[in-house]
Amino acid sequence: MKTGRLVSIAIFILVIAAFLFSWWRSDWSKSGLLVTTGAFLTLFILSFLYKDNPYYKFAEHLFVGVSAAYWMMMSFWNIMVPNLVAKLYPSLVGGALPALADKPPDYLFFIPMVLGIMLLMRLSPKGGWISRWALAFIVGTTAGLNLIRYLRSDFIRQIDNTMIPLVAQTDAGISFWGSFSNIVIFIGVLCGLIYFFFSKEHKGLFGGAARLGIWILMLTFGAGFGYTVMARISLLAGRMSYLFGDWLRLINQ
Amino acid sequence: MDNMDNSNKKSMLERLLLIDRRYVFICIALAVIIPILFHISFREIATDIVRDLYEEIDELPPGSRIMLSFDYAPTTAPEIQPMVDAIIWHAAKKNLKIYMMAVWPTGHSLIGQTIDSVLIPEFPDLVDGVDYMNLGYKAGNQGLIRVIVDDIKRMYSTDANGTDIDLIPMMKTVTSLKDMDFIVSFGGGFPGVKEWILFAGDPGNIKVGGCCTAVSAPLLYPYYPNQMVGLLGGIKGAAEYESEMIKHFPEFRRRPTPALDLMGPQTIAHIVIMFFIIFGNVMYFINRARERKLEDTGRR
Repeated sequence: MKTGRLVSIAIFILVIAAFLFSWWRSDWSKSGLLVTTGAFLTLFILSFLYKDNPYYKFAEHLFVGVSAAYWMMMSFWNIMVPNLVAKLYPSLVGGALPALADKPPDYLFFIPMVLGIMLLMRLSPKGGWISRWALAFIVGTTAGLNLIRYLRSDFIRQIDNTMIPLVAQTDAGISFWGSFSNIVIFIGVLCGLIYFFFSKEHKGLFGGAARLGIWILMLTFGAGFGYTVMARISLLAGRMSYLFGDWLRLINQ
Repeated sequence: MDNMDNSNKKSMLERLLLIDRRYVFICIALAVIIPILFHISFREIATDIVRDLYEEIDELPPGSRIMLSFDYAPTTAPEIQPMVDAIIWHAAKKNLKIYMMAVWPTGHSLIGQTIDSVLIPEFPDLVDGVDYMNLGYKAGNQGLIRVIVDDIKRMYSTDANGTDIDLIPMMKTVTSLKDMDFIVSFGGGFPGVKEWILFAGDPGNIKVGGCCTAVSAPLLYPYYPNQMVGLLGGIKGAAEYESEMIKHFPEFRRRPTPALDLMGPQTIAHIVIMFFIIFGNVMYFINRARERKLEDTGRR
């Protein structure tokens, strides 16, 4: 037997022994099993930072499988049953949703049912084209719905939000930091827009504004990156709190 | 001897430039673990954007309706859950009517978890269906939000427990989202805070507050203050809200404050990351200057 395989078997036995030891420490309780499983799965995922390994792969595949099953069950019990079955055949859902069993059927819901079946035709090698009709319906309604709202809230209202007085007034008089903030927003938006205006050569005063625009964009990306770092550290700290608090009980929570 | 020193120095510089990323991981891990173990935390002062959200909830008269939308997953729970706990505690303390829903499937179970961990143990007098209710998850993303702005009952025929919506006391006087006095979206991505502003806040003229992951916070700042009342961005926003709660509700100090606890690891880890950024850049410029010098010597 090769040394590599022996090492793998030894590591596997160690992991199992550590798992059982951890579970034993919680008196073989159900909650202890759940906490230990969570802790080991966290460690399996973190082991990727050293290098790719079978424990990481196991945790990754388990996550994908569990997520897919969760989404499927949530979709079935929260969408299919109350939104479709209960509307068409209320008596069928009497066991799960007795409140809906006595409602009159709404046959308009045959339309979404047919569209749903058409979408599933994508799985058929010959009838795949049928799904395009349902897909076109989804794309059309989503585009129509989004277009109006994005135009009003993300375009017109955002222009409105930028039209601010450069000298901010408060009850006590002129607000220095308020004015500074408004001037930064005004110049930032203007220079950012100039940077993306390519119909005129970026030269002279126009070029200077475009250069300032790219500096402002860089600052924005930097702030975004800083926030991303904060998010990732929060997730790591959350996992570490779990490992040292819930699992090892080294900290009081 | 001089040549030997130079080659040693060069190899040291090269070694520092090619430092294994796993050493960086160890440093970050230590920067996070040590403050957690030794309870290192820092004082937080609420910024305007957080204080505005706090004051909006605080100034709602008792009995006002607040809709909380759980639009996140367990993957972002370390950031979002402290905000949820603090805001739901605040709303319950102010005797607001709490309506909970989710446009993310994962939000459904997180609502139940929050009720079990905050409302039931800390506010045992509150009654399900009278003081708070769980509408559960519904599919449709922004389409769902757009429909319930005009008619909630068109999408929700029961609550999450399967109770007929018409039999729930809290729903007797509610027909649409426009009946809500305030909406807070706990958003971990799409659909989230932005969709609530675009599809509920703006068309329905309803006040919307946001609580989001740090990653999405910069994209939401443009909506403040005209389209969004306030924003808690990442764990920093949550910590600021918790500090504001401690300031006004001394009893809040007796309950866990996970966001304030996580600010210690945050600060130390950020210092370590800043050190590595500066260190990496200094090493890069030293190496570039050395290479240029060597090129010049070679030409001569």
